[in-house]
Amino acid sequence: MTDTAATFIAKSTIKAPDLTHRRTINFNIGRYNAAVPGGKQQFDQLMLARERAKNRKWLAIESLDKSLERFEQHITARGAKVIWAETGEQALKEIEAICKAKGCKTLVKSKSMVTEEIHLNKYLESIGIESVETDLGEYIQQLDEEPPYHIVTPAMHKNKEEIARLFADKFGTLPTLTPEQLTLFARQQLREKYTKAEIGVTGANFIISDIGGVAITENEGNARLSCAWPKTHIVIVGIEKVIPSINDLALFWPLLSTFGTGQKVTTYNTIIAGPRQADETDGPEEMYVILLDNGRTNLLANAKTREALYCIRCGACLNACPVYKNIGGHTYGTTYSGPIGSVITPHLKGMNEYKHLSYASSLCGNCTEVCPVRINLHELLLENRHEAVDEGDSTKAESFSWKLWKIASLNRRMMNLGNGKLKNAFINRVFKSWTQHRADLRFSDKTFNQMWKEKRLNHRGTKGTA
Amino acid sequence: MNVSIFIPCFIDQLYPSVAFNMVKVLEKVGCKVHYNANQTCCGQPAFNAGFWEESKAVCAKFLKDFEGSDYIVAPSASCAGFVRNYYNKLFTKGEAASVQSRIYEFSEFMVKVLKVEDVGARFFAKATYHDSCAGLREIGIKSEPRQLLSKVEGLQLIEMNDVETCCGFGGTFAVKFEPISIAMADQKITNASATDAHYIISTDMSCLMHLDGCIKNKKSGLKVLHLADVLANF
Ligand code: SF4
Repeated sequence: MTDTAATFIAKSTIKAPDLTHRRTINFNIGRYNAAVPGGKQQFDQLMLARERAKNRKWLAIESLDKSLERFEQHITARGAKVIWAETGEQALKEIEAICKAKGCKTLVKSKSMVTEEIHLNKYLESIGIESVETDLGEYIQQLDEEPPYHIVTPAMHKNKEEIARLFADKFGTLPTLTPEQLTLFARQQLREKYTKAEIGVTGANFIISDIGGVAITENEGNARLSCAWPKTHIVIVGIEKVIPSINDLALFWPLLSTFGTGQKVTTYNTIIAGPRQADETDGPEEMYVILLDNGRTNLLANAKTREALYCIRCGACLNACPVYKNIGGHTYGTTYSGPIGSVITPHLKGMNEYKHLSYASSLCGNCTEVCPVRINLHELLLENRHEAVDEGDSTKAESFSWKLWKIASLNRRMMNLGNGKLKNAFINRVFKSWTQHRADLRFSDKTFNQMWKEKRLNHRGTKGTA
Repeated sequence: MNVSIFIPCFIDQLYPSVAFNMVKVLEKVGCKVHYNANQTCCGQPAFNAGFWEESKAVCAKFLKDFEGSDYIVAPSASCAGFVRNYYNKLFTKGEAASVQSRIYEFSEFMVKVLKVEDVGARFFAKATYHDSCAGLREIGIKSEPRQLLSKVEGLQLIEMNDVETCCGFGGTFAVKFEPISIAMADQKITNASATDAHYIISTDMSCLMHLDGCIKNKKSGLKVLHLADVLANF
């Protein structure tokens, strides 16, 4: 077992029975579950909308090179600079170069999983630049020096009392502040940072190919401010975020909001198609778009798992996942957690190191059931498992056991061997972790097969099928 | 009607009475039950572990064991769902089509094919029904087992919270990721207990085997029963 896998199991062992964690998550996901039906009401034919969204993503991803080039062509014509980054390091270097050129000391950023993926904040800190998260949830996480717990709701695992205590620790505010008071306080802190910041960094929810723009969805207005206020705006976005046309937003915006938070439409939806133009009065002077690969082309190259690139990062599969709900977002030890994280991480960061995530699923299929773009998540977990075995990533003992299983399963006589007592002793000893928190298994003295033959076949004196 | 039964390996080995109860119900409603005594396993365990080659050999045997034109009925949504939805990943189009079109989960077969809901069973108890993930999402049954149970005299069925959430079995997952599996079972048992039911009934013995193990360990008084065990009370 790799260290990464061992750490995962160790952390799950602590988190899974943690009842406080369980209560907070069940409460917060319960609220999400109560909201989603409201969002769904806006669709006449939800399944059709989801199928159509999948088709549009299929189109964008199957022609990814062209989709991105079209985007680049259009947005460059309006003065933005597009940078292609193959790896996280390349992206960081590009950002550093821009920061240096602009003499940047403070940078404001809105919530973006891609910046988590490349560990942007840590890097900026190491080169002496203050990077301030402006999304309230991310701000809380940054204060607490923790990565986001959830791709949509970064501080989902904290209750309001914990947040008030955190603010009290960091700022000396009263530990009794209400969520409204805490928000106001954070807002004041952030406003000040906005006025100082030389650069604003955002992610993007969609890259719009036909018009050459990016679309950003948020509820707090902080992303809009991050890209409009500072003189320089840097967008950093994974190449899979592309959609063919601006017209597709009519489909993707309500799907993202419904499945992300249960809202009919998210509060702020912004389309940005370049820096401030000559006839415009506001907006940044310069705009950079960094298109990040960082392993995504591995998924693209693999026809079986390619559809994982359709993901719009709504987080629905996390909320639907009983494993996620029991172990929480941090246990995964990856940027992307939950079902989609378990599907893509082995391809982004190495099968051998992360294959355990593909096995850490009961395959209940609820993720597939809820995914707005109909990604067959649980089947992709099975594909990953198969790939891991094909690549020779499984242990010798495991390969041997399945060979043995095959021999036994091809031979009915072998399955009738031994009596119940023998099997009990054997199985309950071999599967120690079955019996740790479960009672022993009790094998029947005789198999159904044997009993049937005795009861039915012998009576009738026939052979084979009765 | 001719029915070929498939008895999943763990029912064969651990719970033969479930299989006999299913036979009893099928015969009561007029089926002629066949059992090919050569049968072993549907191949799912190795497939789910990623060992598709080993799995395919066993799946091929399954296809051979169930040649013909009989309906195939299994007291397991998990196995029936696997054959129906995943054999295509191992065999070229058409190779498995006949078996796939003939295989049914027991309650699905009763309600959808035989159009029977009332088998004349009596069972005086309070129970809650656990939707197995395979039943719900692979086979697509939600109402069928409940329709059958609603006709059982004396049975009071109470729905539990989060009834569509997985119980945490998941095959080797239950052993490899024991703490997660146990926590999932714990939430399921808590929800089931909150209904005041004495029994958890389901279409899948695999879920029940895992839940039963946890129930006994927790010393909660709940008992598990396969749907066939309830319906065979006549
Ligand atoms: S895989 Fe589907 S459900 Fe999960 S985050 Fe992506 S779009 Fe949402």
